[in-house]
Amino acid sequence: MTRDAVASLTGVSHRYGATAALSDLSLDIPSGCMAGLIGPDGVGKSTLLALVSGVRKLQDGGITVLGGDITAPAHRRVCSRRIAYMPQGLGRNLYPTLSVYENLDFFGQLFGQSRAERHARIMTLLQATGLAPFPDRPAGKLSGGMKQKLSLCSALIHDPDLVILDEPTTGVDPLSRRQFWDLIATIRETRPGMSVLVSTAYMEEAERFDWLAAMNAGRIIATGSPDEIRARTGQPTLEQAFIDLLPEAERRNHRSVEVPPRPDRDGPPAIEARGLTRRFGDFTAVDHVDFQIRPGEIFGFLGSNGCGKTTTMKMLTGLQTASEGQALLFGEPLDPDDMATRRRVGYMSQSFSLYSELSVRQNLDLHARLYHLPPDRRDERVAQMLQDFDLQPHADKLPDGLPLGIRQRLQLAVAVLHAPEVLILDEPTSGVDPVARDGFWQYLIRLSRDEGVTIFVSTHFMNEAERCDRISLMHAGRVLAVGAPSELVRQRGAATLEDAFVGYLQEAAGPDTASPVQPSEMPHRNGAASDRSFDPMRLWAFARREAIEILRDPLRLTFALLGPVILLLTFGYGISFDVEDLPFAVLDQDQSAESRTLTEAFSGSRFFVEQPPVATPAELATRLQSARIVLGLDIPPDFGRSLLSGETPEIRVDIDGAMPFRAETVRGYLQGAGASYLAGLAAQGRIPAMSAAPVSVETRFRYNQAFKSVFAMIPSVIMLMLVLIPSMMSAIGVVREKETGSIANFRSTPASRTEFLLGKQLPYAAVAMISFFSLVAVSYAVFGGSIKGSVSALVVGSLLYVLATTGFGVLISTFTRTQIAATFAAAIVSIIPAINFSGLLVPVSSLSTGGQLAGRLFPSAWYEQISVGTFAKGLGFADLWPNHLVLAGFFVLFVTASILLLNKQEA
Amino acid sequence: MRAWVRNVLLLSRKELRSLRADPVMFVLIFYVFSVAVYLVATGVRLEVTNASVAYVDQDRSALSRQIVGAILPPNFKPPEEIRADAVDAAMDSGRFVFVLSFPPSFEADVLRGRTPAVQLNVDATAMAQAGNGAAFLQQIIREETVRFLTETGSDVQAPMDMVVRIRFNPNLNAVWFSSVMQIINNISILSVLLTGAALIREREHGTIEHLLVMPVTPSEIMTAKICANGLAIIVAAILSLWLVVQTALNVPVAGSVPLFVLGAVIYLASVTGLGILLATFTSSMPQFGLLALPVLIVMNLLSGSTTPMESMPDWLRMAMQMSPSTHFVAFAQAILYRGAGPAIVWPQMAIMAGLGAAFFALALRRFRQSMASAR
Repeated sequence: MTRDAVASLTGVSHRYGATAALSDLSLDIPSGCMAGLIGPDGVGKSTLLALVSGVRKLQDGGITVLGGDITAPAHRRVCSRRIAYMPQGLGRNLYPTLSVYENLDFFGQLFGQSRAERHARIMTLLQATGLAPFPDRPAGKLSGGMKQKLSLCSALIHDPDLVILDEPTTGVDPLSRRQFWDLIATIRETRPGMSVLVSTAYMEEAERFDWLAAMNAGRIIATGSPDEIRARTGQPTLEQAFIDLLPEAERRNHRSVEVPPRPDRDGPPAIEARGLTRRFGDFTAVDHVDFQIRPGEIFGFLGSNGCGKTTTMKMLTGLQTASEGQALLFGEPLDPDDMATRRRVGYMSQSFSLYSELSVRQNLDLHARLYHLPPDRRDERVAQMLQDFDLQPHADKLPDGLPLGIRQRLQLAVAVLHAPEVLILDEPTSGVDPVARDGFWQYLIRLSRDEGVTIFVSTHFMNEAERCDRISLMHAGRVLAVGAPSELVRQRGAATLEDAFVGYLQEAAGPDTASPVQPSEMPHRNGAASDRSFDPMRLWAFARREAIEILRDPLRLTFALLGPVILLLTFGYGISFDVEDLPFAVLDQDQSAESRTLTEAFSGSRFFVEQPPVATPAELATRLQSARIVLGLDIPPDFGRSLLSGETPEIRVDIDGAMPFRAETVRGYLQGAGASYLAGLAAQGRIPAMSAAPVSVETRFRYNQAFKSVFAMIPSVIMLMLVLIPSMMSAIGVVREKETGSIANFRSTPASRTEFLLGKQLPYAAVAMISFFSLVAVSYAVFGGSIKGSVSALVVGSLLYVLATTGFGVLISTFTRTQIAATFAAAIVSIIPAINFSGLLVPVSSLSTGGQLAGRLFPSAWYEQISVGTFAKGLGFADLWPNHLVLAGFFVLFVTASILLLNKQEA
Repeated sequence: MRAWVRNVLLLSRKELRSLRADPVMFVLIFYVFSVAVYLVATGVRLEVTNASVAYVDQDRSALSRQIVGAILPPNFKPPEEIRADAVDAAMDSGRFVFVLSFPPSFEADVLRGRTPAVQLNVDATAMAQAGNGAAFLQQIIREETVRFLTETGSDVQAPMDMVVRIRFNPNLNAVWFSSVMQIINNISILSVLLTGAALIREREHGTIEHLLVMPVTPSEIMTAKICANGLAIIVAAILSLWLVVQTALNVPVAGSVPLFVLGAVIYLASVTGLGILLATFTSSMPQFGLLALPVLIVMNLLSGSTTPMESMPDWLRMAMQMSPSTHFVAFAQAILYRGAGPAIVWPQMAIMAGLGAAFFALALRRFRQSMASAR
């Protein structure tokens, strides 16, 4: 059978840093059929698929896809409309807070489909996949199988000619898996020309494919139909054939797994669940689960991701509390605070959960110490673990650099280190290659049979389930069946364990609601709309999706709107330079009418509050030291008489200088109080009127006659809030998609960088504008601050400013890698110029030349002019327009820089 | 109890290893306690520095020139002369904070004892400088006029003399204040961020689950985080106080450094407890950042380390008594500037310890809850 190649690779190599993912690989992938890539995790399958789909940038070699060179941007643009790419991971290209319908609607918009066309296509696809009853359910709340079906729908919405699926069925239960492949088969019937390229780690699934390429360590080790590959090795199954195809060095240690019969052991069940139930809000994760596990038994736990396996296991370790029912260990109800029980249990969680900053040996050592192994046994046990699990060569390496299989071995070593009687293992072998998996099981069987350890293990692999003494099948929080594997097969009258499981699942799920698609039902492709390189509809699609996501994350939205208001109140009340009510005390050694009037001149002022008088200078000093007074007046004996007789008496004033700003202010007040005292005496004619002032100073506080700090603070706080919060929020925008993986949608669809970036930015700018109006409203309602100048100049200026600051956030987002780095980078980079060089604390005119320049290079200093000008100075466009112009310039600059920095392809 | 201490020590050692393995955190700690303290202490000051002054001289006399000549750095930039009709535009654009106007025949009126008025326009939107700057300028005008009169032979004598003595910081050197307050603010920021992040990192990596299935109690895990991160921060803070504040910036410390360190340890325990408490309310690093940011800003700005507590409304001052930072700032100012001893500062220490215990108890209660509700 000869077919044209849908994709041809010649001499392709790909490296991630020092690690080679693909080495000089050449391959022709036949078109119009179901082509599969098989092999365990980490052999380069995902890299190969990402390169073929054009999502990842080719480093070395050549790839032609759909008759054109994938490195040519023009051909990639054509391809993006003809290829569909579904990345690895359950629902990884979906948006968890969006509903099923909204997710598909978004993808339809990206391909320029009209509303009616989208609706028709979505309905047909939902019908075909059996998702029709749940159009409004958020994608994040779907089961693993449903997520994958929805992902497939989103891939098929634009009638692609080549569908690339990266491990679409990993972590999905056998029934959903079967339905998934049936669905693909049906769709292929309606569109026979469509090519499907798929990767999988389940060898048994690969039996259905038309053509296979087996991969190991970045190379192709065999190609051909499943029959050809089996025939070449003479093995009955693909899994065994694959092991045979591996290089000699890798399969040297492989022995097939044999399970000796279990010796009977007495005693109560090692683990027991009685009506165990766990609810999260209105969602029941585990629903009245019952089972008993006998000592020394290997008990398997099967079911799809999200069916409640992990939650059940966590309840048995005490990590989660049961909402209802009981968990018993060794016949006793589980007490999470009982340290003695914990020493008898070993637990291995699904994802790697050891310290990546500690070496393999240090991890083992830490656990040995925490389990209080006696010092002499500790080293011996650590050494034994290193040997048993073949970790010796890696003992002093950090776990992060090790392959998954070795890390899983380390996790198991840690779990069994303290020789527990019960082992609870949550998917210990997922992502591990077949040879290593068999090694794993040999160890488990030895523990069970030789040492009587009870093992409770969850798995997706049917051949592993067959090695268990008994298994339990779980679905949607309920246990469907418990029994020995052979017994379950017999009960259902099925041929294999997988068939038996599927039978149970079908019974539980009810009749399949999916109905095959008819070719006539699929609306015709509308090619005209999406050919433009800039399409406002796609921009709108991104903006709408981002807006929905913001609205569905109440914590973020609350912070975005409430945070600035709280901070405005804080600044308004707290950052005040109006110093009042300063406590002072008097040491009056004169006790005359004049000395008492002097004291009254102070206590009558709103700036000072009188404290009880002091009797000695030492007491005055102590009060100052303990901060009970800020100001101490020492009036000497004979003060009154000297004053009246014109002898210029000296009064001593002590000010607490610990806080220089306050002391400076006090010194100013002091002059005022002294002058008003003398003026009073002069008015009464008791001292000569010529007295103090040969000159007067008329001070006019402009723009803020009452001279209240809060009016001066409001415009500056608005300036600060509109840069800090919007840039932090929008900085998360792009980088979050990088972390969750949904950025693949941007890479694999016709969306342009401008559409993507502007679309993501606009909702944040809108939120920032709402925040602006709320700040203005609060400052008016709470502090009575009003806008004296042009309102429109302020609003337009604010709009340009938030466009610039959210643009700045997006710019940060394009080159950071993690959300936390983006948040901190945005905060730190923007906070320094905004606080120090924009006129918040110190007027720009008082800054050094360098400081002024630093301020001018950031939008904040320009907006401060608009904000202060319109709020306090009564200015309008005529005075402020250059600032508006500069802000618009910043917006264009940031957006352009982001577009240039964002790669449409992954490196 | 002995097992508890042993586990805490073991886990603390692990925490220190994690911290050491994170170069970014190391750089961050180093930066905030050295470069940032130095920059803020010497750069940003609320005192009148470099204020921009313009003047309109319609008199052009010896007296007006003498007054203008007395407006000097570092408080003021050299004054610039502008025309009378340019005053509004110059102030609208923010070019000058202060504009002085000398009326015609100003000097002659002074000499005749008519008490003429100098007009001083102040841009009140420049809050930190406006009030004190105006007071400075008034004082300069008065003093220079008196000096001018004395030099020209007139007899002016003040009826009384106020001898002002500034205690604890005689020259009102702003660096003395801002450097130490910056250290305190950094202690707060790092304590909350480091411990909170340490907890969330363990939860995100799943390592906390591993700890919780082992014979280790939540109180041991939390105490270890507090001890390890607190130790790193206190060492950095002491080095910063010694090398940056005392050595590089030449700030004298009046009181007992060991007493200060003791108080700082109590403070650290309470703020790190707060960090863990905040972390139990959030599920991811970005959420934690969003929650911690306003808390930290409020804690730092309203503690009395930036502007005086006296300038806050009473209710807010009362509310801020709930924050350990307020007490620590009072404590630090008393010891480092005023040389206060234990007899004076024990109430602050007691309150900080009490608040710390409350945070710890609350965090412990929420700890298991938040673990159980996480999926």
